[in-house]
Amino acid sequence: MLTEKETDTENREPIIVCEDVHKWYDDFHVLKGITTSFQKGERAVICGPSGSGKSTFIRTINRLEEHQRGRILVDGIELTNDLRNIDIIRREVGMVFQQFNLFPHLTNLQNITLGPVRVKKMPKSEAENMALALLERVDIQEQAHKFPAEISGGQQQRVAIARALAMEPKIMLFDEPTSALDPEMISEVLDVMRELARSGMTMLVVTHEMGFAREVADRVLFFDEGVIIEDAPPADFFDNPQSERTKLFISQTLQH
Amino acid sequence: MNMDEHTQHIETLKPPATQGVVPWMKENLFSTWFNTLLTGLAIVFLYVILKGILTWVFTEANWQVIPANLQLFTVGTYPRAEIWRVWCILTLLSALVGISAGIWRGLTFRVSVGIACVLLCLAVLPFELTTRAGFLGCALLMAAAFSLIHFTKQWHPGSQLRHWILGTWVLSFPVMMVTLHGFGENAVPTTNWGGLLLTLILAVVGIVLCFPLGVLLAIGRRSSLPAIKWASTVYIETIRGVPLITILFMANLIIPIFLPDVELDKVLRAMMGITFFSAAYMAENVRGGLQSIPRGQYEAAQAVGLNYRKTMQYIVLPQALRSVIPTIVGQFIALFKDTSLVTIIGLLDLLGIARGVMSNPDWLGLQAEIYLFAAGIYFTFCYAMSYISRQIEAALGVDTD
Amino acid sequence: MDETKNGTAEHIAQTQKIPFWRDVRVLRVLFQVLFLGGIVLLAALLYTNMLRGLDKLGVTLDVAFWNEDNFLQNEAGFAISEGIRYTPADSYMRAFWVGVVNTLKVSVIGIACATLLGLFAGVTRLSKNWLISNIAAAYVECFRNIPLLLQILFWYAIIRKLPRVRESLDFFGGVFINQRGIYLPAPQPTSGLKMWGIFLGIGLIIAVILYIVRWRQLQQMELPGFRAKWALPAFLAVAVLGWFLTQPTPLTLDLPVLQRFNFEGGMSLSAEFAALLIGLVVYTGAFIAEIVRAGIQAVAKGQREAAKSVGLNDAQTLRLVVLPQAIPIIVPPVTSQYLNLAKNSSLAIAVGFPDLFSIGETMMNQTGQSIPVFGLIMASYLIMSLTTSAAMNWYNQRLHINRTGR
Repeated sequence: MLTEKETDTENREPIIVCEDVHKWYDDFHVLKGITTSFQKGERAVICGPSGSGKSTFIRTINRLEEHQRGRILVDGIELTNDLRNIDIIRREVGMVFQQFNLFPHLTNLQNITLGPVRVKKMPKSEAENMALALLERVDIQEQAHKFPAEISGGQQQRVAIARALAMEPKIMLFDEPTSALDPEMISEVLDVMRELARSGMTMLVVTHEMGFAREVADRVLFFDEGVIIEDAPPADFFDNPQSERTKLFISQTLQH
Repeated sequence: MNMDEHTQHIETLKPPATQGVVPWMKENLFSTWFNTLLTGLAIVFLYVILKGILTWVFTEANWQVIPANLQLFTVGTYPRAEIWRVWCILTLLSALVGISAGIWRGLTFRVSVGIACVLLCLAVLPFELTTRAGFLGCALLMAAAFSLIHFTKQWHPGSQLRHWILGTWVLSFPVMMVTLHGFGENAVPTTNWGGLLLTLILAVVGIVLCFPLGVLLAIGRRSSLPAIKWASTVYIETIRGVPLITILFMANLIIPIFLPDVELDKVLRAMMGITFFSAAYMAENVRGGLQSIPRGQYEAAQAVGLNYRKTMQYIVLPQALRSVIPTIVGQFIALFKDTSLVTIIGLLDLLGIARGVMSNPDWLGLQAEIYLFAAGIYFTFCYAMSYISRQIEAALGVDTD
Repeated sequence: MDETKNGTAEHIAQTQKIPFWRDVRVLRVLFQVLFLGGIVLLAALLYTNMLRGLDKLGVTLDVAFWNEDNFLQNEAGFAISEGIRYTPADSYMRAFWVGVVNTLKVSVIGIACATLLGLFAGVTRLSKNWLISNIAAAYVECFRNIPLLLQILFWYAIIRKLPRVRESLDFFGGVFINQRGIYLPAPQPTSGLKMWGIFLGIGLIIAVILYIVRWRQLQQMELPGFRAKWALPAFLAVAVLGWFLTQPTPLTLDLPVLQRFNFEGGMSLSAEFAALLIGLVVYTGAFIAEIVRAGIQAVAKGQREAAKSVGLNDAQTLRLVVLPQAIPIIVPPVTSQYLNLAKNSSLAIAVGFPDLFSIGETMMNQTGQSIPVFGLIMASYLIMSLTTSAAMNWYNQRLHINRTGR
């Protein structure tokens, strides 16, 4: 039953561990006991219908949402009400949002240097050099001194990825990074994400891009109504799904 | 070039005549019988009103009282020998405004043009010749400072100068107050501050001092901590629920009871009242700006690792405050008008001085003239400021689009 | 799945105890406790200071309003120039109440007039007639940019410059204006009013029946239309008929008549009241005009064009398309203007109109009880403000439900 990939990850250390994670919005039970773990360097794609709790789940990992029951450990540190732990974890976890959420009053360069300068107290010139290098990595160095509103959506999302990378995170979370983009811009963002995956970054990606999942992911998790229905390598997930719910979802998504 | 050649061949038709006086009148005044009727009524109305007013202004009114008391209107009973201090402040301000206009240009430039226009308006008033020359000089100084910065732009590093000028602005405020008051024997007590000078001081002090308090209250009202949220809300709603005059009376009568050991100056008490009052309104304005910041901005800031204070300082407040600048200018205009209420607690601001002049036996029965003059000054300032505010709004609108 | 679970168990360290200075929850509580503590401390400091301050002034604080020997029950001893029934022998409480009623009176009349003026000026401002719209613009710009206090004092000065009582300006023999104020005829009910009331009742019943009939008819024909098209004229006809049939005429006009010192009879507005009212109305009207203009203009041009394209005429466009969308935009800022007007009526003190604030001030001077009187004044204004905002919120919610419900 064990594929080569899995034996590989078996030896690695789990970097995110979730144990029976529950979350309610008022009376609405969003996450109903999520138990899973992610290894260092693992690329996991999380999919599922809207309202299934998949976004909420990755947002609990850097505590944009607070879980109410269960435990989450990131790199050996538990997410609790401890201010210091939250600070450390936020530095180690980068996040990319559906709506980019760039800071409109800062230039693209300043968007990237803000974290390193204000949080890590990095000297400004050093931060700027790093930011320029990151912009080159996401292939938009020429837009450094423009404001976010002056560049395209795809470019904005790449700046947002650079901004997250500037904190040198160990884990990157992507919350539907391509959903708000025009079709012709999706690929430029996915290219950057592929490159990132090749570099060995631990990535949790919530997305509907099934092609990307099949190509890049080590694992695909299928969420529905707050629970993990299916958790398998992409080959198994797409070609041999176990549950009826997953089969239906895959057929609908692929048709689409 | 190609385009031009093409267009030359095509005969451009002029639109059917809408220019010219007659078509314009037809369009805008006499388009229908109803419109014609309205125009007729309006002309009769204007004739009656304007005839009455103009006859009074040019034949019946006694305008002697204005030039005779012009100095009172502008600086109150500020001693003649010490007026040079006011000039120092005006000079400093003109230079600062000019330099700022040169550095930031755009919006600041337009604002400075507005200020220069007010100065020129003052220079037209029948002051003594030296005073008028002084106003003109200030306007010229402003222009000179602007040109100096504007034309030497390539030789000085921008950001360095910016910091210096910002620092100077912040410092200039206490410096001006101290200059105006002075020390020891030459001190000019606030009881001698009056007229337009006092009106301006009260309005500026009110808006500047209420700003930090207002921002704190606004953040407090949006806090997730119930105690702080409720305390801020109660303060804001209480102050906004009562008229300014009660706050001023309170500052005048109640503060001395609560602080029996401190002798507080009457003008200072009025300043405190105005500050506490306008802080509540400032808080509501700033809150409007805070509400316009989408949740995603907070989340992105947190995800980058900024804590609450840094999120506010670097992400939320810069955006929120920028978006409420026009509202704050509007509040300043309202405050400028509202300072006239200090007349009721016996301060001699522009309106107070006007009332004082009226009761002078030499000028009895000239209420209408004096009130109209004061109204004219208030109007000029408020109108200039609302013009500036519209400019700012337009500029911000263009930027955010 | 089981394997991963086993794998994780090793890696989960025991939940450590969080030091309290890093625990978010503890910090939140601690911060609030400190904050409230600071407030209490400040209040205590001010309270002891206040006691010392009052001692210095030789006043003992008397806030026990419920006691019979409270200062509010004492004889006021000062005269009030106008308002509901009151003599100097009445208590301070009664005097204050006179002030409250006067404030409400000037506010309510002022709000009604300012609304009319503002609506008129706002609509005029949007007129296609260049001259008319610019006159309205001049009015708005002029009166918005001059302090209200100055305007009130100006009107007062103008009224005081009018002829004396003996030489009153006479309009149509019924309206007199002089430096003491404005004198108007007042409607006076007679014994015929009851009879006319019966006519009105009958008219109302007929109107309701006609309204329902018309409504049914329109429903059956599935046509839109003006439901009161029959009811309104019928009611008016009965009312007018009744007016002429009733003997004596149900209402007569009571004209002000010049007596030895002043006018008697009719309605009178004192110079103080008139100056305050004119000032409030003209000033607030300018602001309301701007709000109305902005509100109507905020309804997108496309909406107007769409209305025209489905064949509505100008009046229908205004009534059916523009106003329903403009009113929700207009109402909240206009309400805050109403509140401003009510609060600004405290400027009465500058011309000596006995509103609640100026009577309160007299009470403070006479009794020395400035703190309790201030409490009363602020509480009165707060009650007015808070009830209005509560009503406003209720209205907004209802509006919101209506709009989303459809």
